[in-house]
Amino acid sequence: MTSPIEILNVTKRFGGHAALSDISATADGGLVTGLVGPDGAGKTTLIRLMTGLLAPNEGAIRLMGFDTQTNGPDVQNEIGYMPQRFGLYEDLTVQENLNLYADLRGLPQPERAATFDRLLEFTALRPFTTRFAGKLSGGMKQKLGLACALIRTPRVLLLDEPSVGVDPISRRELWRMVQDLKDEGIAVIWSTAYLDEAERCDRVLLLNEGKLIFNGAPGDLTSRMKDRVFQLRGIKGDRRAALTACLETEGVIDGVIQGDTVRVVVGVDKNGPKDLHSELRKAAPGADIVAVEPRFEDAFIDTLGGSHGGRSALAAGVAEKKRGGPVIEARGLTKTFGDFTAAKDITFAIPPGEIFGLLGPNGAGKSTTFKMLCGLLKPTRGEGRVAGFDLRRAAADARNRLGYMAQKFSLYGDLSVRQNLDFFASVYGLGGAIKRGKIDSMIETFDLSAYLNTNAKLLPLGFKQRLALACAVMHEPDALFLDEPTSGVDPITRREFWGHINGLVAKGVAILVTTHFMDEAEYCDRIALIYRGETIALGSPDDLKAKAVSSENPEPSLEDAFIHLVEASEASEEAAA
Amino acid sequence: MSGNAPSTGRARRFLALLCKESIQILRDPSSILIAFVLPIILLFLFGYGVSLDANHVRIGVAVEASSEPSQSLAASFRASPFFDVTEARDRRALVPLLIAGKIRGIVVIPASFGEDAARNVRTTAIQVITDGSEPNTAKFVENYAQGVWSNWAAGGQSAASMTQPVSLEPRYWFNPELASRYYLVPGVIAIVMALVGTLLTALVVAREWERGTMEAMMATPISVAELILGKLIPYFVLGLGAMALCTAIAIFVFGVPFRGSFLALLLISAAFLLPALGQGLLISAATKNQFVASQAALLSGFLPAFLLSGFIYEIGSMPTIIQYITYIIPARYLIPSLQTVFLAGDIWPLFLTDIAAMLGIGAVFVFLTARTTRKSLE
Repeated sequence: MTSPIEILNVTKRFGGHAALSDISATADGGLVTGLVGPDGAGKTTLIRLMTGLLAPNEGAIRLMGFDTQTNGPDVQNEIGYMPQRFGLYEDLTVQENLNLYADLRGLPQPERAATFDRLLEFTALRPFTTRFAGKLSGGMKQKLGLACALIRTPRVLLLDEPSVGVDPISRRELWRMVQDLKDEGIAVIWSTAYLDEAERCDRVLLLNEGKLIFNGAPGDLTSRMKDRVFQLRGIKGDRRAALTACLETEGVIDGVIQGDTVRVVVGVDKNGPKDLHSELRKAAPGADIVAVEPRFEDAFIDTLGGSHGGRSALAAGVAEKKRGGPVIEARGLTKTFGDFTAAKDITFAIPPGEIFGLLGPNGAGKSTTFKMLCGLLKPTRGEGRVAGFDLRRAAADARNRLGYMAQKFSLYGDLSVRQNLDFFASVYGLGGAIKRGKIDSMIETFDLSAYLNTNAKLLPLGFKQRLALACAVMHEPDALFLDEPTSGVDPITRREFWGHINGLVAKGVAILVTTHFMDEAEYCDRIALIYRGETIALGSPDDLKAKAVSSENPEPSLEDAFIHLVEASEASEEAAA
Repeated sequence: MSGNAPSTGRARRFLALLCKESIQILRDPSSILIAFVLPIILLFLFGYGVSLDANHVRIGVAVEASSEPSQSLAASFRASPFFDVTEARDRRALVPLLIAGKIRGIVVIPASFGEDAARNVRTTAIQVITDGSEPNTAKFVENYAQGVWSNWAAGGQSAASMTQPVSLEPRYWFNPELASRYYLVPGVIAIVMALVGTLLTALVVAREWERGTMEAMMATPISVAELILGKLIPYFVLGLGAMALCTAIAIFVFGVPFRGSFLALLLISAAFLLPALGQGLLISAATKNQFVASQAALLSGFLPAFLLSGFIYEIGSMPTIIQYITYIIPARYLIPSLQTVFLAGDIWPLFLTDIAAMLGIGAVFVFLTARTTRKSLE
């Protein structure tokens, strides 16, 4: 029997640029096939080719035996498709959206009641049938999008980045739902930039820059990394310095911070994995070197040839900040919108040289808190301070001392790299020789010289990231605010980014980061977990993990801890009520 | 599956699209605003603000003779409803006022006027100086001054002798009061409908692209024809509603007579909405961006309808090339039909030619939209 999805030597070009080159693969029913790769790798293009909405330049795709180009309508009868923004009509209610898709997909009248019943049960949306889709939370929208794609049980289910911008709890629920579907024999395609999701797929198509670099079970790739991954536990002194030293060590191909530990991947030579125990001991004095299970991400980095060194040229040019009292302070920050309390009595202080994370499910109040602290939103009660300036009285002074970077919106796409640098330097009041010097050093540090006259929106993602960071730190702020800074970015660029951040932290910059991305959270010194507008936990990543330890799960991940703590808070609330 | 399953499936799909679109219209304040509030504002603006009647044009009258006839002619000018007169003894006193734009023309009754008039009224000369920088007004001043003079001359002569065998009594058909509002308002309705029709649909497809719903729609089995008709029909109904509102305002607020039949009005409006909505859909499908689409709708819907439809500028006096361009402006066919159905009555030969032209243009737009909205994201 042929596979429900056959991709045969597909090449797709946009203009002169090959978005996909010579991809061949199949995906089978009853399996979740992960379409994995960083933004811009070609995932969305491949999914759109499968729906027949794009035509390949070369090669062909067959779905359930139908060619996507010559038999478009037959293909569209067999698929359920959830595009990146879910394809919901926001001014229709949940039920109206379901009705619409039921009609469009020709679900017979007698089957409707049972189907709606099943889908509403499955997605737990029953209490919200009369709510407008636009008023649902991100996780609920995503479930409704999935329900609409499933209205007439498809043979092939295509999900384009279903987990983007969705908190870990919703993500895990969605994953559970998809597992049920594959048991019905549906071929599921799940595209994602999260490599931890790739690990859970039955099969993986790993894409990078339009090329298929791996096709098989994720375990096959991960097993290549056996005996090459170590965790350095109990580091004496600064773990960030230890990481930098490890990355400078010959033979180490990758390293990241995981709570209080450093995780390193070592290279191979002809005798197998290199033995670097003594070198690592030197880099991280006093640490225990423990062999750990490899992850899919380790293998991905290895496939791409390892990450770069750990020294940040950016931080090298930054003056040491003076140490003293807290740089960012929240004192009883409260924000109410009408009778809804978005943030309630949030208090914390971030000293110089600390990375502080705000985590929480969608709509929990972390963005509200974040916005109050960078002066974009006025608190109803309480006060926020940056570099000693009260945000209510001296917001302009405070803003001059902070840098802000959001992955999505902080650059002007229609301005060139140089114009962006110039603009942001002027906005932060740099002028004359200082400005020129600073811009030149940014260009050199981030290797932007080849792109100076390129418009920002045309930059490769990694360079966009660099430019955004350059614009945020040119004025050497005391406090840096990062809003999901690396979601969707490939792991190598992400490591480079955190290398710079770690360098800045070493100079005494205080960092506030909000994220859904557990890898980013692991870099934090401390994390505040926000739920329903309140801080439900505050501590180091390892503290939070310790709270989730149970007999079934002796070594919980940060994601496990996140889910455990939110559920525990929910349970205690219910008990109180 | 029974044999007719595909066709009932198709019907249900189509009904679902219509239903969805209608719900969205009812919930979206911007459609209601465009369809009902915008026409009211524009109609009142044009209906009260724009008048092509030249009443009370300010002129100067230089009475350089003190004879009895010249005084009586000056009095005729003063009594004319068309003029606001500034009188002087010398034309030189009035020239600065003309230069400053305070008056639009000078009528000179020369010193010799009395004697000339006594000898032979037919050869008596007066001089009319007009401000050529405003040709339309200049023309008015010239014509109306002539009219005042003729009246005065006729009056004078009839008093002197009864030699004039005929008297002229002008009668204007269809618009006996010569109120420009009567023929302006139907024209304004046409302009408003051109704007509203184009704007209504220009936003809707672009909105689906922006919100990402178009992609999801395209991945379902619906066809392009269903998609386009599903958009067209609800907005067609909405457009007819806007038309009804405009008609009601024209009749009850502006007091424009309605001498034709409502059936004719309905057919004309329906025929016009096809190209207007079709144009909007085409813009929307091509731009995929609400902001660009609304700009394009203004430029390509409103402006040509305003300038090239014969509403403000007569088509016959345009350069030949521009005259050819006016043939593809749907409003060009709507305006004469509307004016006729309001002021004259049902003149079917005229209506049918115009309706055919509008339907033809509309068909082209819908065809182009279908070509643009292929089921593809490229």
